[in-house]
Amino acid sequence: MLRSLLPALSLALVLMAIAWLNPRAISYFGFNLMLNLAIPIALATIAQMFVIAGNELDLSIGTFVGFVGCVTATWLRDAPLLGIVVLLGSIGVYALLGALIHLRNLPSIVVTLGMSFVWQGLAILVLPKPGGKAPDWLLAIMSFKPPYIPFPILAALIIAAVVHFGLMRTSYGVILRGSGGNAAALRRAGWSLLRAKIALFALTGLFGVLSGMALIGITTSADANIGNGYTLLSIAGVILGGGEFVGGRVSPIGAVLGALTLALAASPLLTFMHIPPDWQVAANGAILIIVLAARVLISRRER
Amino acid sequence: MLQAVADIVRLDGAEKHFGAVRALNGVDFHVGAGECVGLVGHNGAGKSTLMHMVAGTLRPDGGQIAVRGNAEAGYSVARALQLGIRCVFQELSLCPNLSVAENTRINHSALTGFGWQRKAANLIRAKLDEIFPDHGISADDIAGDLSIGRRQMVEVARAFTLTSEPLHLVILDEPTSSLDAHTAGQLLAFVRRFVAAGGSCILISHVLGEVLQNADRIVVMRDGKVVAADAASAFDRDKLVAAMGGAEGHRKAATEARRAEAGALRVKARPARQQDGKELVARAGEIIGLAGLAGHGQTDLLLAIFSAASRAKTGIEVTAPVALVAGDRQADGIFAQWSIAQNIGIRSLSRLRNGLLISPQREAELAETWKTKIGIRTPDMNNNIYSLSGGNQQKALFARALGSDAEIVLMDDPMRGVDIGTKLEVYDLVREEAAKGRTFLWYTTETEELDNCDHVYVFKNGRIVANLRRDELTEEKIIQSSFGDAA
Repeated sequence: MLRSLLPALSLALVLMAIAWLNPRAISYFGFNLMLNLAIPIALATIAQMFVIAGNELDLSIGTFVGFVGCVTATWLRDAPLLGIVVLLGSIGVYALLGALIHLRNLPSIVVTLGMSFVWQGLAILVLPKPGGKAPDWLLAIMSFKPPYIPFPILAALIIAAVVHFGLMRTSYGVILRGSGGNAAALRRAGWSLLRAKIALFALTGLFGVLSGMALIGITTSADANIGNGYTLLSIAGVILGGGEFVGGRVSPIGAVLGALTLALAASPLLTFMHIPPDWQVAANGAILIIVLAARVLISRRER
Repeated sequence: MLQAVADIVRLDGAEKHFGAVRALNGVDFHVGAGECVGLVGHNGAGKSTLMHMVAGTLRPDGGQIAVRGNAEAGYSVARALQLGIRCVFQELSLCPNLSVAENTRINHSALTGFGWQRKAANLIRAKLDEIFPDHGISADDIAGDLSIGRRQMVEVARAFTLTSEPLHLVILDEPTSSLDAHTAGQLLAFVRRFVAAGGSCILISHVLGEVLQNADRIVVMRDGKVVAADAASAFDRDKLVAAMGGAEGHRKAATEARRAEAGALRVKARPARQQDGKELVARAGEIIGLAGLAGHGQTDLLLAIFSAASRAKTGIEVTAPVALVAGDRQADGIFAQWSIAQNIGIRSLSRLRNGLLISPQREAELAETWKTKIGIRTPDMNNNIYSLSGGNQQKALFARALGSDAEIVLMDDPMRGVDIGTKLEVYDLVREEAAKGRTFLWYTTETEELDNCDHVYVFKNGRIVANLRRDELTEEKIIQSSFGDAA
């Protein structure tokens, strides 16, 4: 019980620390600022969560987000049709990777590590120098200011609700999660594991595309390296959110909470603590280790 | 009525090879409507292979399969399900990350659309209520959090749930291996009702009494062939064992009186929930049984004793090194990627060390000693542990514990799903080792195994409710204490 509350608990802890250090940050404007980058991180974390649900790992999600960003800031603005075809095509590539990994029984770490260089190279081809500009409609969406609730929080709620319904409540979501829990049992019940794997990878591609677009909607211009940090952030977010690397145990709500925690702990909290930027990455890692250690301790006690 | 039409399923001359091994060697087998067929044989006799063929998970290399008189060319799992043939496999096949209701959904493609979760939950709850009236399982429970016995109950109940697909034949492969006597009785009574209502059933069990009492017809397999098949009334226990071969026939477990001499105290333990002064006491050279319904605290106490050996714990006193033989072999026992020799050596690493490294030579020596002593059937101990049949894997786990320096061996119902020949070999070994001064704490769900014990503690709700000596031990007494309000 305590364990399923841990993602929410760690987020509350980080929020309390921020409120204590700088009470003015807890406001409509403050959240808009602090959670600025939380939406693309949450989307990338959800993307990672789908492959983890099938006992795989995607090491290319970061460079893929960068590639999508470069396409968004160039073709999607200048030649929308081409941009849309390329983005849909890249989701198709993800689906094919899923099929390849299942049919040839390849380790996903190896395949996606290779793909990370492919995406990076393509991103540089599309946008050799930092620049480009996000399409205006995208800028408009990402700078939307709803009343009372800051947009990043609203978006996180919507993302968590939609994915929770899709993966945890629908009847095919059960099959997707079951493929990570006990693949042999699914095969014996007459389900196609190939289809499940393709679906999981295609969903990863879809949410990777959404993440890249959201990122460019916020930063307004792109850079081939813009998403590189997302690979490890997304994995950490899934685990922080109560997911496990094997066994199909994942939680969309937890993953979004994990992503928010990481986004807050990443720079606002540390800046308020007057930790110099040089040390922030290391401090971020330390926070991650503390939370994950707490999780292990709690789950051991519950046993 | 024509014989061919009354058959649900018929195999003619079924053959299957795995490399050089002939798992099935021309088997003729059939099941009629409204019939319960018992299938017995040692581990590796080909029972499971044959059942995989009936269920459609394995393709025969030769021979024909016909369902309701129609020859099936492209037989598969999906086709078997369409025709109303289902199988409860021996290795548990629930998804541990999903709830009981969600696991039910996996077997029914019709459970979809709005409100499927409620439908699935109602379906499995009704069936559990019908088969195991006091099961205590909720449809929202996550399968991996249930005890192994309850997982088996869910799996059996799930096989009997009905949606759009018909249900004519259910294959039960060791359905009672993790159930206690009470729930096993409930299941077998349900099977009888199912068969009486016109359904068919194949019952595979190593508990020969179960098969003799519940099957209409019994088929005996040995070395990939059917060696005997007749009405159940034509068999008795001795005839079955003789037909199965090996195991030197019937032998009542060690009735030779062992002198009860008071050895040194090895274990003194009080269960965490015990309120009165009862406690478990084990001395050197004793075999202590832990009985009662499954999941009433026996495993918890064994695990508590195990951890008390390395870290002091209140209420538990342990005076010698401890080893544990796990009951859930796949989850808690075996290192899947390792060889048989490595799996045996892991409990004895300090003795196998040469300087800082493990000496492969000593590891091989230890493995070879136990290969001959406990009779592990393999050409090479460096093969992967999964190259062994289930019974031989369990022997390797026994070798791990007995080959170590442990003076106390904890056994967590280790014999589930093991054939009778292997069991008798292990019983002998346990008694031999006890005579040399080792102490055994043995939790078992099979009452027959308690005959090997000097003392039996009966558990209920996490407490010890009775302490029976060997001479006062009867099945009724155990059942009486497990249900009675003695606590």
